[in-house]
Amino acid sequence: MKVLFDHALREGAGGLFPSSDVPARTPSDVLGSDLVRARAPRIPNLCEGDVARHYTALSKLNYGVDDGIYPLGSCTMKYNPKLNEDVTRLPGFVGAHPRADEALSQGTLGLLYELSGLLRGISGMAAVTLQPVAGAHGELTGMFLFKRYFEERGEPGRTRVLLPDSAHGTNPASAAMAGFSVTEIRSNDRGTVDLDALRAELDSTVAGIMLTVPNTLGIFEENILEVTRAVHDAGGLCYFDGANLNSFIGRARPGDMGADVFHFNLHKTLSTPHGGGGPGAGAVAVSQPLVDYLPVPWIEKMGETIRLDWDHPKSIGSVHSFYGNFLVAVRAYAYLLQLGDAGLRAVSENAVLNANYLQERLKKTYPLPYDRLCKHEFVLSGEGLPNHISTLDIAKRLIDYGVHPPTIYFPLIVHEALMIEPTETEGRESLDRFAEILEAIAVEARERPELLHDAPTRAPVRRLDQTQAARNPILTYPFDKS
Amino acid sequence: MTYPAAFRYTKEHEWVEIKGKQARVGITDHAQAELGDVVFVELPSMGTVVKKGGHLGTVESVKAVSDVFSPLSGKVVAVNDSLESSPEMVNQAPHAEGWIVLLEISDPSEANGLLDAAAYQALIA
Repeated sequence: MKVLFDHALREGAGGLFPSSDVPARTPSDVLGSDLVRARAPRIPNLCEGDVARHYTALSKLNYGVDDGIYPLGSCTMKYNPKLNEDVTRLPGFVGAHPRADEALSQGTLGLLYELSGLLRGISGMAAVTLQPVAGAHGELTGMFLFKRYFEERGEPGRTRVLLPDSAHGTNPASAAMAGFSVTEIRSNDRGTVDLDALRAELDSTVAGIMLTVPNTLGIFEENILEVTRAVHDAGGLCYFDGANLNSFIGRARPGDMGADVFHFNLHKTLSTPHGGGGPGAGAVAVSQPLVDYLPVPWIEKMGETIRLDWDHPKSIGSVHSFYGNFLVAVRAYAYLLQLGDAGLRAVSENAVLNANYLQERLKKTYPLPYDRLCKHEFVLSGEGLPNHISTLDIAKRLIDYGVHPPTIYFPLIVHEALMIEPTETEGRESLDRFAEILEAIAVEARERPELLHDAPTRAPVRRLDQTQAARNPILTYPFDKS
Repeated sequence: MTYPAAFRYTKEHEWVEIKGKQARVGITDHAQAELGDVVFVELPSMGTVVKKGGHLGTVESVKAVSDVFSPLSGKVVAVNDSLESSPEMVNQAPHAEGWIVLLEISDPSEANGLLDAAAYQALIA
């Protein structure tokens, strides 16, 4: 596969600039010769057509939610309505400038204000900030809120955050980045928090717990009220990771379950094309005791005017420049208005129905270590297949069938994990086809294992050496290789 | 792979070889097999004082990042810095050249709480 530098460098190609109508000055006149490089940088010298063809060729190798099922567990790779995209292209949004006067920004500010209100209603929480730009950014913001809360209460000794072993991997990282130490809580054999293990850790050094709801096994904490009550009784706070909200949106509210901080992944649940680094939005909702500490500016309505209000001295400050990823908020707002109450309930109904449909069928072919009704996703194991077939081989073989593999080797509590989230937007035909492929691969594992060991064979590149790539990454272009 | 009878083991899959006041620590063959290809080992600083069960470093593989827990309390007196350029030694020789740290132990009686080779093999069976 060629990179831009691999294309022949053509003398004189590239842009044609008009002749200058101002006196020429050399870079060293402007910057001083000590700041000017002695040799021209080696950048590809390509014309516009070459560049367009290069990227078009790459785009044809891509696979996305507009191509087919994308069952990447916990990522909610669902189809995103194109109406969202139309709305983001409205001239008023495209032309908005973050430094424009409030009086000229009432439309954009009004959308943020109304979206905050909708998210308050969905979560059942007291207040919302739209500033964080990713799920993990929402987590970090939540951990700063925990910290400020205990500073204000004069309890600096609360330095530990409890984390079930079924939580999202970003949770412990966020807690550690905010300066907390992490204590892992093991799951019981039903795949939920072991209440005795939790109670044994609760003391005056605990700031709180971070729960992924439902957890990474796709299982809802059936003792959620006992968990949050135990943490509150011990003086701690409860964080809910909302990345899996598509499994209960419109049906249950974190605020009613004892959450003090809840983050939305607007780009997942409320539909923005995502993956590959963003842009995302990790709106954070909080309970009443934490409201004063939310990031500034707040978006407030004063009479008929929406204002950005910076005057909140107890705030943790800003967590992003301007106001987060605005166009993700636009898509979330458009999505909510398209679906309405009944539509959102249909989202969670279909997310759960699709996952259970696939789980029931596939557990006849692959081990299902936690065999119970799931929510939006479930975790199979690739363990026990003959001929040394691993989960990695299954994932690579799926690529040969033209399907994106699920999340693999996570969560760690399932050996050889295959974490499958079909999402709410796949129809029965698509689910059946995916199941047929996984069943065919299980047969191949027994009868023609070389097809799995060698996979992928039909992709643009063969099996990449992930170990070498991690041990000896090549991060620069080797100009002098020839 | 055999589990040396002279070693002691933890439920978290570390091994420790105790010679007098010194204890060499690594991860077990079972641990490296579960992790898969190791791509990076984060070593503690020399002189670090750890408690039994404390953080002694991190082993990163293509599948997961795992903490190494100290089997005993003590002070780090040597680290296997060849792992910085050759992390694959943890896979190839987990009980020998793939060792991670050498501790000067502060409480030899703590060793009584560790598993012997037979008990460890029963744990992972």
